[in-house]
Amino acid sequence: MLHLINKSPFERNALDSCLRLAKSGSSILLIEDGVYAALAKAAHAEKIIDRMGDFSFYVLGPDVAARGLSDAPLIEGIDVVDYEGFVDMVAEHDATQSWL
Amino acid sequence: MNELDENALTVVKRFMYVNRRAPYGTIYALECLEVVLVAAAFDQDVSVVFLDDGVCQLKKNQDTTGIGMKNFSKTYGALDDYDVEKIYVEKESLAARGLTADDLVIPVEVLAADDLRDVMAQQDVVISS
Repeated sequence: MLHLINKSPFERNALDSCLRLAKSGSSILLIEDGVYAALAKAAHAEKIIDRMGDFSFYVLGPDVAARGLSDAPLIEGIDVVDYEGFVDMVAEHDATQSWL
Repeated sequence: MNELDENALTVVKRFMYVNRRAPYGTIYALECLEVVLVAAAFDQDVSVVFLDDGVCQLKKNQDTTGIGMKNFSKTYGALDDYDVEKIYVEKESLAARGLTADDLVIPVEVLAADDLRDVMAQQDVVISS
């Protein structure tokens, strides 16, 4: 399963619910305001770091750049993908779940 | 013109605009910036506050070419041209996101919640987005 998070972790609990309910081995892609979850120096970074063994984390590069975060340290182990990579991920996974 | 009408024209109210949303994911940030710039023409006492995800509106180095949206972060620089000089950022919100005042596109006054609380309490009108 590919999980899509497009809400800021500071404002909504979409990431929390996804981390609680996603099956181990799933991929989690942070897009739009969800990319703020990838900030290494943010207060909640541990939430993702603690689950690195369970999930593969990705972040959408154009959304990172738009928000001025290209120069900000992102959590190590989160892979940056572009729109093509996003399409490939959707094609490679048997299903996609958006945590709106 | 009677006395009441004259007062209505000369009274200056304290307007505070509170930004709590990240840019681009929703339209709130851009809409609020436009409201502030329009309101600045009315010679009121205007202050602008950024807190929670609102602090992300001011992050330097925004590049929106990849998402096909207008990069409006440069427009915050116009606040000074419109004599909007009271720009506050909550210290706790910056810290929670691993940011500092050096990461922001314009000079701001960083206030701890304890101090921002007093500034908020002094306002006549508070507009939130």
